[in-house]
Amino acid sequence: MKRTTILVAFLAFGLIGCAPILSQSNPPLVVDTGVDPENWALIPAGEFFEGQFNHTQTIDYDYEMMVTLVTNTQFAEYLNASLADGTLKVDGDYIAGYHPGEEFHAYEHEMEIPAGDYPHVPLADDSLRIDQSNGIFSARAGYENHPVVMVSWFGANAYCDYYGWRLPTELEWEKAARGTDGRPFPWGEEFNNAHVNAYFSRDPFEWTLGKAGDTTPVGFYNGQTYEGYQTIDSPSPYGLYDMAGNVWQWTLDDYPDQHYRYLRGGSKAEYEFMLRTWMRNSSGPEYMSPNAGFRCVR
Amino acid sequence: MQGVKERFNYLFSSTRGLSMVAIGLIALVSAVWGTLSGPLAELGVKEFMIDLLGMSIFQAEREGRMIMLYHSIAMAVVAIQVYFITGIISMKECERVKVNATVTVGYMMAMFFGLAFGYFGHNWIYHGLFITGQALVFWAGVLLAAALWPWRKEYYISDTAYARTRSGLDLERTAFFVVAVAMLGSSFFGAIAGMYYGNGFETFLAETTIREPHKTILQKSIIGHLHIMLALLTTGVSLVIGRWLDFKGIWQKMAMPLYIVGSVILTFGAWSVMVVEWAHTTIYVGSTFILLGALFLVIYGFGRLIRTGLEKRGLKKAGLFIRLAALVDDPLKFGSLWQMIFMNFTVSGVGIFMAVRLDEIIRVWPYRDERILLAGHWHILATLTATVMLFYYADLMGLQGRARKIFGWAVIIFSDLAFGSVTVFGMKRLFVDEASQQPTVDTLMVLADLALVIVLLALAAFLIWLLVDFFSKNGRWKKDVNLSSSQEVKA
Repeated sequence: MKRTTILVAFLAFGLIGCAPILSQSNPPLVVDTGVDPENWALIPAGEFFEGQFNHTQTIDYDYEMMVTLVTNTQFAEYLNASLADGTLKVDGDYIAGYHPGEEFHAYEHEMEIPAGDYPHVPLADDSLRIDQSNGIFSARAGYENHPVVMVSWFGANAYCDYYGWRLPTELEWEKAARGTDGRPFPWGEEFNNAHVNAYFSRDPFEWTLGKAGDTTPVGFYNGQTYEGYQTIDSPSPYGLYDMAGNVWQWTLDDYPDQHYRYLRGGSKAEYEFMLRTWMRNSSGPEYMSPNAGFRCVR
Repeated sequence: MQGVKERFNYLFSSTRGLSMVAIGLIALVSAVWGTLSGPLAELGVKEFMIDLLGMSIFQAEREGRMIMLYHSIAMAVVAIQVYFITGIISMKECERVKVNATVTVGYMMAMFFGLAFGYFGHNWIYHGLFITGQALVFWAGVLLAAALWPWRKEYYISDTAYARTRSGLDLERTAFFVVAVAMLGSSFFGAIAGMYYGNGFETFLAETTIREPHKTILQKSIIGHLHIMLALLTTGVSLVIGRWLDFKGIWQKMAMPLYIVGSVILTFGAWSVMVVEWAHTTIYVGSTFILLGALFLVIYGFGRLIRTGLEKRGLKKAGLFIRLAALVDDPLKFGSLWQMIFMNFTVSGVGIFMAVRLDEIIRVWPYRDERILLAGHWHILATLTATVMLFYYADLMGLQGRARKIFGWAVIIFSDLAFGSVTVFGMKRLFVDEASQQPTVDTLMVLADLALVIVLLALAAFLIWLLVDFFSKNGRWKKDVNLSSSQEVKA
């Protein structure tokens, strides 16, 4: 009897872990955060503290950064425009675009990226919340104001370039995220689940896909209460939202002898420590993830 | 009063007592600090514990705190290994007392003041005492190496069943000596980088540097240090297990030279990481020697366990199943050897796989996945080694009968389930994509967490049993009070 009880308890735990995730096609909670994805914030020239050990750095020019991550709606509009004018093309299961290649030094473990077409977004991946109907792309219902994901670095770079903007460098990104006072999170020192979409942060979107959660609409953590879920207003010192959590954000830099591209800000699938403003993720530029998006600077 | 004095003497002068204190402290630290991450942190226990203990936690200091925590626990583990060695290797009683006393004061200072500095505010006196504690552990190592000096004639052996030179030099003792000296030298590579702390050196965890193509000398020094210290500690533990099982005969004669040469090559390889590109090749060669030595120990040990099991059954020969039953008759001894085999699936195998497929798979993965795999295999080796030490200690404490079997099998089965789950978790990108990984992750984490809870419960039950005995008037502890460590271990 005892053995049976132990076995049943063990299997029950296992089954809890094996419980199927809800389909991504289930409509999510639809909310209007009131934060306009078309807005830009000015980050003034000057010194700031960079990295975990607060090294003083200077960016000697003003720049503007998108207040929110690029949304599914914005990216769908871009796909329609760029496919129509031939900037991008459908290449098998991907939408692809040309990249001029990068200098290669054959350093140990260095990636080789020759000139050619590279995938920007997958066409047949359910994680991309952009659907195609009669050749027209549109954001999936309920995900219009969520950040676009499953975009490679090539795709993110091309998007910004298409409009005459560019991806932020790591330094630009970090200054925009933490301002000039060396804070670890965009909103300050303390961490609370109501600040951010992180792993097991218990936001209303979390149980759609399990503990790693789902994306939250851009600007979700702005102090509003959504169907009883109270958020804390958590912009960066310059008024940017989602500079921690939700999705990783591609940055521009291409460092010698590696060609990895770096992502900043952490994501919905990360614990608190990875959301500190100086933490980095990296991968090859072709990496597409349900946890990675981007924003542009100009 | 006499009882208090006797108990104090037991705790701080006997191998069993000293080890019990260190294991108890490690268990306490693990129980409290384990709430700051993982599932308990997810459930909010972290904030409760921080408030309860009045910890001073700043985001920018996380890596520094973890390094203090690692060292606090590592010093205690090193101390336990030292107690085991002074208990089983011949040396003068005054040497044994000096080594044990020095390492005890050292690890306690490192643990108490390291944790105080890391988690309860930056009083620099704490940091100074933390360093002093580590310096004392180092000095205890110097004293141990001196006590182990194998070229003293009184330690030459004549029994031809054991590995020895023609002149009688004891090669097992030499292996212990080489490992001790290598650990002393390797500790410098952490200490040198630490010396620059506050003077240009910035705290980091090794896994955060993996994708930097040009690492600094100090970064390489730390990376070499953390790997070689664990590797040598593990080598030392396998030598202790060899002594426990009375490793001898042809397998031991082949194994001891391998341990000696392998430890030297491996250490040289780890040190040379700082300056040469081919250091890893040297490390592979050294590791292969040591792994071969450990394989011979396992072969010998399995044979011995089978023979002993058959003798218990009054048999000289038997079929496969009875021989297997005899092999697993004693889960503590079997477990100590089995974990060495299991390590190949969760540590060595993973390491070799990563090295071979580095450019095709691992470096193609996002950094976060690579980091999980790297950090995972190091922690699994550390914890597997701890389980082997626990098996030895449980035997030393006289755990017998049904309790021995339950404790032994609980630790073997559930630690392996936990480590296996964590290994699969680390390798998950090979078979599941990021978008659909959550059910796999949840299942593996439930298995790992549940299995670890059972292992910790088994450890807790064992420690409670020790405590009950310790507070009994005529407990097992009583007979050790007036024995020297070596007499005590033999007893």
